[in-house]
Amino acid sequence: MFIINCPYCGERDQSEFSCGGEAHIERPKQPTELSDDQWAEYLFMRKNIKGIQFERWNHIHGCRKWFNVVRDTSNDKIHAVYKMGERPPIK
Amino acid sequence: MINNLRINKNNFIDQTIRISFKFNGKKLFGYKGDTLASALLANNIHLVGRSFKYHRPRGIMTCGSEEPNAIVQVGKDSSLTEPNVRATEIELYEGLEAFSQNCWPSINFDIGGINNFLSPLLPAGFYYKTFMWPASFWEKYEFFIRHSAGLGKSPTKPDQDLYDHQYVHCDVLVIGGGISGILSAKLSVAKGLNTMLIDDKDYLGGSTIYQDDDIFKINNENSNVWLKKQIETLNKIPNLTIKHRTSVAAFHGYNYLLARENLIDHLNIDERKGKIRQRLWKIRAKKVVIATGAIERPLVFSNNDRPGVILSSSIKKYIDYYGVKTGENISLFTNNDSAYETAISLNKSGVKVKVIIDIREDSNSILSEQVEKSGIKILKGYTVIDTDGYKRIKSFDVMKLSKDGGSVVGNKITYKSDCLGISGGWTPMVHLFTQSGGKLKFRNNDNVFIPDENKTPSKQISVGSSNGDFELDDVINNTVKNIKIFLGLDKNDFENLNIKCSKEKQKRNIWLLPSNKPISKTKPFLDFQNDSTAKDVKLALREGFKSIEHVKRYTTTGMGTDQGKLSNMHALGIIADTTGTNMGDLGTTTFRPPYTPLTFGAIVGRNVGKFFDHTRRTAIHDWHVKNKAEFENVGQWKRPWYFPKNGETMHQSVQRESKAARESAGILDASTLGKIDIQGEDASEFLNRVYTNAWSKLAIGKCRYGLMLNEDGMVYDDGVTTRLAENHYIMSTTTGGAANVLSKLEDYLQTEWPELNVYLTTVTDQYSTMSICGPNSKKIIKKVIPNLDLSDQSFPHMSFKNSKINNVKCRIMRISFTGEHSYEINVQSNYAKDVWERCIEAGKEFNITPYGTETMHLLRAEKGFIITGQDTDGTLTPSDLQMDWIIGKKKYDFIGKRSLYRSDTIREDRKQLVGLLTDDPKEVLEEGAQLVESLDKPIEMLGHVTSSYFSPNLNKSIALAVVRSGKKLKGKKLIVPMENKNINVTITDTVFYDKENKRLNA
Ligand SMILES: [Zn+2]
Repeated sequence: MFIINCPYCGERDQSEFSCGGEAHIERPKQPTELSDDQWAEYLFMRKNIKGIQFERWNHIHGCRKWFNVVRDTSNDKIHAVYKMGERPPIK
Repeated sequence: MINNLRINKNNFIDQTIRISFKFNGKKLFGYKGDTLASALLANNIHLVGRSFKYHRPRGIMTCGSEEPNAIVQVGKDSSLTEPNVRATEIELYEGLEAFSQNCWPSINFDIGGINNFLSPLLPAGFYYKTFMWPASFWEKYEFFIRHSAGLGKSPTKPDQDLYDHQYVHCDVLVIGGGISGILSAKLSVAKGLNTMLIDDKDYLGGSTIYQDDDIFKINNENSNVWLKKQIETLNKIPNLTIKHRTSVAAFHGYNYLLARENLIDHLNIDERKGKIRQRLWKIRAKKVVIATGAIERPLVFSNNDRPGVILSSSIKKYIDYYGVKTGENISLFTNNDSAYETAISLNKSGVKVKVIIDIREDSNSILSEQVEKSGIKILKGYTVIDTDGYKRIKSFDVMKLSKDGGSVVGNKITYKSDCLGISGGWTPMVHLFTQSGGKLKFRNNDNVFIPDENKTPSKQISVGSSNGDFELDDVINNTVKNIKIFLGLDKNDFENLNIKCSKEKQKRNIWLLPSNKPISKTKPFLDFQNDSTAKDVKLALREGFKSIEHVKRYTTTGMGTDQGKLSNMHALGIIADTTGTNMGDLGTTTFRPPYTPLTFGAIVGRNVGKFFDHTRRTAIHDWHVKNKAEFENVGQWKRPWYFPKNGETMHQSVQRESKAARESAGILDASTLGKIDIQGEDASEFLNRVYTNAWSKLAIGKCRYGLMLNEDGMVYDDGVTTRLAENHYIMSTTTGGAANVLSKLEDYLQTEWPELNVYLTTVTDQYSTMSICGPNSKKIIKKVIPNLDLSDQSFPHMSFKNSKINNVKCRIMRISFTGEHSYEINVQSNYAKDVWERCIEAGKEFNITPYGTETMHLLRAEKGFIITGQDTDGTLTPSDLQMDWIIGKKKYDFIGKRSLYRSDTIREDRKQLVGLLTDDPKEVLEEGAQLVESLDKPIEMLGHVTSSYFSPNLNKSIALAVVRSGKKLKGKKLIVPMENKNINVTITDTVFYDKENKRLNA
């Protein structure tokens, strides 16, 4: 049970949040231009990293805002939290 | 007999308060401050249970939570009885009743004891190997195994006790109230930090508090006296919270810990009423100090499990703390100095110590020299090879160890003793450390796994013997030094204390002690609770198991309720010795929470009965109850299912309700449907993107049915959305989908389309909805709202009007889920029951019939309307549902559009929604039943029934189903094979009733 520093509310218990999977996967602006394979890449393919992972989180039982989290999946250490649309503060 | 095992002088037991209790039905006495174990020992009762597999007699072996044998059933009340409680942790109270477990029919005569003589036939993996084959024999074995094994009985009635949960935040949490924990807590509070100190006992001070010996001095006072003064000052500190009788069960990441506090188990039964039994503390600490101490190891030799064989340090606690002699004629067997401390305590209390067997060739510490001076016989370089005595040890045999310790030499000597104390050294309690993610390192010189300071999660520290410091000076000095750095302290009172103690100089360790007999003829127990021996571990290795995790499971070593607190190290040691591996390279098994067993009561807390889950009731609920509705759970909602009249069955009610709705008028409470208020200048564009059909041209005051997909093109939710104003819509969702649809829409708005100016608000609870349908619905609405123009020109199907019912504002939609002429009234929830009753009153002359979800489902099935989640399962596209008409082909994009022409979604042989009619119109199919074309084996499954009803309006059975290539199969005959018969069906159109939709405007 880790603590997430919601960029809008501050530190809250993990139980207030829900994870929305890998971050920085933009919905294609022109889906009709894409081949089946390209669309499938967007639709289905996700990383499952042991280590530093960029994730989307939603403060679902709080302000209901979505934001990004950089988390080490091996020890749950959170390295950064930043708002939607912002560039990751670390690589 | 009673009380001659109790010594008089004692600081911890109140001998003025006598307490009566029962063990296995026999009435006994103890004193205030006793545990069940100490009271039993004072009554000269050692035999408390039978072992799990061989049913060997077993006695109290320890004085703490590591106890493997003395686990008892407490109480016999069918709702309060509790199995698997450690007698060493039960504080004695008036009226306590405890029973031995795992003995049948009684502790003294146990049928399973025959397993002991069969033990050569019961090696590791025996149950796996034998009882699995032939499979048909299992039933015969099972009766015997189940009857003779088992760990206590579960209560048969609900628990009447109260349990609680509480959250707490602190700067520093100190786990363990021994000397290192107390020093840590004092240093923490002195710095002004908000500190919590937790200990599982009813007193503080650990083992030092009864270490009353001139050998151990702090600033010229005996260690116990010095520590007692420190403890006395704790009560006056405002920023310190002390929790007694509280055991940390789990240490999760980010310093989140669970601790169970026992609040009433030590009270007399009559003092407990109305009080909370246990509280589960959910602790978030900025920093954590682990000071959980160490537990003594047993020694592994043949028949080391007899009642009366007790850990040496426990014998010391029984005599020094409880004032109880564990025997009249005690011997000690050790590989380290701890047993000498026990010998001194026993000697002081007038208990004869017959002999000390020390496997070390030499021992010359202050402790051992003092023991030698007192005249106690010490055999150095010897080992115990066997013990004798059935329900209590009577004697034991010793022999000289060879130089390398691998065998025994010389002659066997037999000593008579009624109690043998054993000490195999100490194991730091690192369970919580590893639970939190810390990694261990192995210290070779005394064979211990200790926390690796380089692999310790941040913001925690281990101190004292849980960090591998076992001697008083090391414990104090290292604790003070490390806490100073950990908490960033300045100079303090505990630096440069003058500490005197004995220092151990010689070490020798043999995991499996040799015997004069071949190992096959010995019984050296490792795991006392699960009855696994060193032989089992060796067998597992011979059979090819290498990983410690596999050996553990195959031999069940360490898998009892004690989680192998006593056995794990020896199992590892024997594996290392046998395979020639370094123990440090082997690693340990995983320590998982809880550290000690938790009750289910503590885990669930107050979330029982009606608090188990939220119950959502509509504003009209009370009316439904008054009118005898049967309810159905839909998510957390209670929805009327049907309204039985005069003893009707469900079928009869539904048939009546369905006919009434089509023949005259029906009324449904549809308040549970999700309602999302959508506002903003881009609301129309937003709806265009989330629904499959076009929305920009929907006129104000009009309603439209929408289908929502996932990006994978599969149907996700559906409902009618109404345009209330230029930039204002109200969307309705399915009951079950309401929360998820809102979240999904928010997700798109915030992350993919932040440029859209749209606001979403859930108003499901704020508005209540009632639907009135049937040919007389218009007349009823006319009566309720006389001034509303209900003509088809002014108020056509799929349109909306604002209105008032008796001055209450309402929204009226003319929409229909039944195919009948139908109105939906939306009204602020606090007026809903009143409006509902007005409609019922106005509808009386038309026999207005309230109906529930079952009739609603039937009526919509007659019309072939889908229910998402019933007819769909996340694998069907709109086209699969024969709903191609709802795809906005001209729209550039909407959620899921691109997926609708992936190679997989355009396959013609996908499962598709069809109607089904049974050849026998009376035969109603079962939902979920499979559809096949032929019964030739192997039978190919073509699909399944998703909805099925007997339609009273058509007077025949109807069903919806998904069938492979179903769209092309209209008219085809299929078979529904059931257990006792095969039902013939024909594929039809999905619309069974009023295909021309004439009734909408009737
Ligand atoms: Zn927030």
